[in-house]
Amino acid sequence: MIPELGHFALGLALALSLAMAGFGLVGAHRAEARLMGLAPPLAMGALLAVGMAFLCLVASFMVNDTTVSAVVANSHSLKPMLYKISGTWGNHEGSMLLWVLILALCAGAVAGFGRNLPSALQSRVLAVLGLIAAGFLAFILGTSDPFGRVWPPPMDGNGLNPILQDPGLAFHPPLLYLGYVGFAVTFAFAVAALIEGRVDAAWGRWVRPWALAAWSFLTLGIALGSWWAYYELGWGGYWFWDPVENASLLPWLAGCALLHSAIVVEKREALKTWTVFLALLAFALSLLGTFLVRSGVLNSVHAFASDPSRGVFILALLMLYVGGGFALFAWRAQAMAPTGVFAPVSREGALVLNNLLLCSVAAVVLVGTLYPMFADLVLGQKISVGPPFFNTATLPLAVPLVGAMAVGPFMPWKRARLWPALQKLWWVALMALAAALLCLALEGVRVGPALGFFAAAWLIFGAAADVAQRVGLFARPKAALGRALALPRAAWGGALAHGGLGVTILGLAGMGLAVDRLALLKPGESVELAGYEYRLEGVADAAGSNFAARRATVRVTRQGREVVTLHPEKRSFPLARMTTSEAAIHTTWLEDLYVVLGEEREGGVVLRIHDNPLAPWIWLGAGIMALGGGLSLSDRRTRVAAPAAKAAAKAAGTVRA
Amino acid sequence: MTRKKKRLYLLLLCGLGLGSATALTLTAFQDNLVFFRSPSDIAREAPAPDRAFRLGGLVESGSLTRSTEAGRPLARFVVTDGAAKVPVAFGGVLPDLFREGQGVVTLGKLGPDGVFMASEVLARHDETYMPPDVADALKRSGHWNPNQGAAPPASSWNTLQPGRGGG
Repeated sequence: MIPELGHFALGLALALSLAMAGFGLVGAHRAEARLMGLAPPLAMGALLAVGMAFLCLVASFMVNDTTVSAVVANSHSLKPMLYKISGTWGNHEGSMLLWVLILALCAGAVAGFGRNLPSALQSRVLAVLGLIAAGFLAFILGTSDPFGRVWPPPMDGNGLNPILQDPGLAFHPPLLYLGYVGFAVTFAFAVAALIEGRVDAAWGRWVRPWALAAWSFLTLGIALGSWWAYYELGWGGYWFWDPVENASLLPWLAGCALLHSAIVVEKREALKTWTVFLALLAFALSLLGTFLVRSGVLNSVHAFASDPSRGVFILALLMLYVGGGFALFAWRAQAMAPTGVFAPVSREGALVLNNLLLCSVAAVVLVGTLYPMFADLVLGQKISVGPPFFNTATLPLAVPLVGAMAVGPFMPWKRARLWPALQKLWWVALMALAAALLCLALEGVRVGPALGFFAAAWLIFGAAADVAQRVGLFARPKAALGRALALPRAAWGGALAHGGLGVTILGLAGMGLAVDRLALLKPGESVELAGYEYRLEGVADAAGSNFAARRATVRVTRQGREVVTLHPEKRSFPLARMTTSEAAIHTTWLEDLYVVLGEEREGGVVLRIHDNPLAPWIWLGAGIMALGGGLSLSDRRTRVAAPAAKAAAKAAGTVRA
Repeated sequence: MTRKKKRLYLLLLCGLGLGSATALTLTAFQDNLVFFRSPSDIAREAPAPDRAFRLGGLVESGSLTRSTEAGRPLARFVVTDGAAKVPVAFGGVLPDLFREGQGVVTLGKLGPDGVFMASEVLARHDETYMPPDVADALKRSGHWNPNQGAAPPASSWNTLQPGRGGG
């Protein structure tokens, strides 16, 4: 009964979304207030219906209803409750439903919080969101019905892929989707602006919070995924330039460019066409990511099912939305004449440089990700593009990007001179140099890590210098505290996000110094790595709720002093017939001690031991970046300024009429 | 500065960015593209000695030996596609899903003695999974005609004779 209810709710949501799209577009075109007024309640209705469907699926997973095929394929009664719930979106059907649920949530937010939007803009935005939701609902109902029944029902389900049974991964997809789908809203705003043929400062002010929110969630989602890969896959690495990882990095880069260029639209009414283009691009790359991951084109833990009909359907949706968006752009972009003028050396100029470099990085990553597929299809060559390619190709672009990141905030709008800005940064440069020299002195001639430490210090102290200058810490130290409190949160947020990237780069530079060692140890034997002594005490059997494990006990000492006892495990899941390695990690915040249990033989075990300096800061930095985004989002300006802009827009409307 | 001139500067800057991105991509491609080779490919045409590539095929049943050399565990096994075989040496922890008789993809370089020195061994999936590159190599070596149904069980593949295997 519950699955049928969910299925019905999905159908209802499809109808409501189509109605929302139709009424919204027609109403805004004819300027009929009654038709336009229908769009927000329809968005709420669609949200209710999708929410209902999602709850029905969660309920089916929670009670382990084995008549539902998605449950049979992906769940098991012995699984812990958290993974029963997270298993709802740990499979293709459920994850698409989550995608649509978040889209409906976004549309609901536009309907609920967007009361101060001009009604034509709001209904157009809702209409576009409705169109997107309708496409994906049709995709779910047509090719990947989560509520399909099996008869006769099997005794129990097949279980979830064991490496996905992890708390980090329970939240990775929802966060990532919040990011992907958030860009659907900026896409909808861009399409609405193209239909209207008008982009102004107010538009920039409405788009920016969405871009910020989407970007912040995407940052968290990517960081969580990378962290999961680090501790769960047990390879000691954190980023593998896997196509699936790149698929999430691409919209992040485009979104990062978007939220910077939207500032220029908001403050200076320049870069309008470019910002609209970026808004289209960010969502296009999000959809491309969804396509790559969901269609089974790529083979990885993410590719749940390779059903060609699904791939073709998503590709069709991708063509429709992205092609439609860009065709509209080509047709209407002329209408948006720029009004703001600025010199190349200015805050706007710096933001243009940021956009240019971010987009270049995105282009390089895109080519590297898609080329193997292209080569296979067109040239018939089996090729893979690995980390060396991405490292050598993106590093030369990242260096000027990071260099400009600290300087940009010191540039005034409209017209600036480079030298005074650089003069304010002399102590930052000194600190960065000191960091690089310290690294060289301690670790010998290692160019990569030294460069990394330089960049990290440059960004962190650059962000500090930015805040210090804004509050006048050096000019009027006494008044600084008061000014710090009065500083707009957006300023704090920006500095925090820039500093957060510095922290992440600190972690990356530290990981550049990581060492590892492979050793075959018998109980009682020990091995030394990076000043720590790892002694194998023994290996024993252990049992979990749905797995059996071999568990090693490794005592770690440093110069005779006890540090920690680690328990790396090898788990075998009888249901999935899979074995996974559970790395044991001890962090001192300065470094991670990371031990993986290998195979057992000759009365001993193979241990792979990593010493990863500064590793936790990679994800901590990402958290700081997202926090900066959130702080920026809570700025009064994003909330208060909107009604004023509406009044201005109304005035403009009456003048035109 | 006129607006036209400014637009020109902007365009030049964009061109510069795009140009440098293209140049970077192409040079990086030149050095870092990793080709996939099956054992038959290697038998037909020996790859350049310093160039890393991916070798894929099936791990021959009974070929896996493990030893310890200079304190490091070393695994040796043979990768085959039915028509040709290549010995592989790997100094590291084999992945959890590594099994004899199953598909595997390894990354490394071919040594002068004809032994493939692997730096990475990928076997990330469950035991029924066949890496697509490997499946393709097996098709080309005549071991499996996809028109005649699904692939035979992986564990039996390396005992089949080329030409009549796979139905």
